[in-house]
Amino acid sequence: MEATVVRTGTEGKTWGGGNEPLKSSYGKMMMWFFIVSDALTFSGFLAAYGFSRFKFMDSWPIADEVFNHFPFLHGVDAPMYYVALMTFILIFSSVTMVLAVDAGHQLKKGKVTFYMFLTIIGGIIFLGSQAWEWKNFINGTYGAVYTEGGNILQFIDGDGHRVALSDIAIAEASSRVEHESRNGIWYESEKSLPSYSIGEVKAGFSENSDLLIRTQVVNDEGEKIILSREESIAKLNSEAVGVVEGANLTRNEYGPPLFADFFFFITGFHGFHVFSGVVINIIIFFNVILGTYERRKNYEMVEKVGLYWHFVDLVWVFVFTFFYLV
Amino acid sequence: MAHDTAHQHESNTKKIWTVFAILSVVTIVEVVLGILKPEFLTDTSFLSMSLLNWIFIILTIYKAYYIAWSFMHLEGETKGLRRAIVWTAIFLISYLIFILLTEGGYIYEVYKNGYVAWDF
Repeated sequence: MEATVVRTGTEGKTWGGGNEPLKSSYGKMMMWFFIVSDALTFSGFLAAYGFSRFKFMDSWPIADEVFNHFPFLHGVDAPMYYVALMTFILIFSSVTMVLAVDAGHQLKKGKVTFYMFLTIIGGIIFLGSQAWEWKNFINGTYGAVYTEGGNILQFIDGDGHRVALSDIAIAEASSRVEHESRNGIWYESEKSLPSYSIGEVKAGFSENSDLLIRTQVVNDEGEKIILSREESIAKLNSEAVGVVEGANLTRNEYGPPLFADFFFFITGFHGFHVFSGVVINIIIFFNVILGTYERRKNYEMVEKVGLYWHFVDLVWVFVFTFFYLV
Repeated sequence: MAHDTAHQHESNTKKIWTVFAILSVVTIVEVVLGILKPEFLTDTSFLSMSLLNWIFIILTIYKAYYIAWSFMHLEGETKGLRRAIVWTAIFLISYLIFILLTEGGYIYEVYKNGYVAWDF
């Protein structure tokens, strides 16, 4: 090598070539460049979420009421616990990752293998939890009706407890059947019909004098405004046009459509990062087992995927704050 | 490559577990505050945001600092690389947040004061 080096008189100077001004290998630096640009992408999404939230400041859903499920505790109001658990799982898998990197520095193949394995398991558990969270969000709990202006009206009883549509609606023999593409023109179909029609809900509401309507508007105390019985009946009969159960990209039973859109998009984009992180971790895991890095006497690849994995954790810390806490 | 392997890395295991403890405690504090929502924190407003939200955001940045510095090993990088990463992100993100939140607040006022009809 020495023989081919051209002397320029700048040897030993910072930019003289042949050295690393930032003392970081090419691969690691490129991983950092990627992470910074990806961080800006995520901040773009989160800032857009903030924009929409400020825009609908007084009608944004209250997170504790939306995300209040916990496995095996059906019907129990458990705000925050589940997402806190998910956060722990991700932080812990970050810890096992950094332990793997640490073991890699000491060239301990067995330890690296073990910790990488734990990291992958943690990532998979997190993805499963995410899927369960989405399932609850998409299915919804109580259901609501929407007005012509796109607002959501929810139902509560005299004690202020939420009431599900199934407890309100008086079922009628319905003649409305879901249109499927096989029954008509092949390119025309519609989304599955809600379990109850708006007429059934209206009928049930006027029967039960205990029921009230809760609007999506938040008052100064941070609580949703509840209408009186007369106002409720007037509002329901004059404005309600349809029934919504759960959430999709067009409507959701929690509040403004943008709330569900951002939830799906940001947690989905993050979940996709976790997924690709798990895939990359698995590839590196097999390389460790095969002894690739043992032969190189250098476990820097583990460090590089580690950087990506910690970044995914870092993003989750912010998603957790802005979707569930603030 | 010779200088790479010449480094004798000592184990940082103890420090890793300490950082894990810090991150866990901070998360628990956040969750407890999020469930209890103490009234004096939600009712006190500082710079047009409730004190509770300020606490959440500051704790989040505190957690982010530990993840970046300890887990992503930024503290061990050269000053130049560290600054290139941290200040680029902080400057651009603060700018983006400032612009978008200001604009969001403005649109909220426009809707609220009825300059634009949107709820038909």
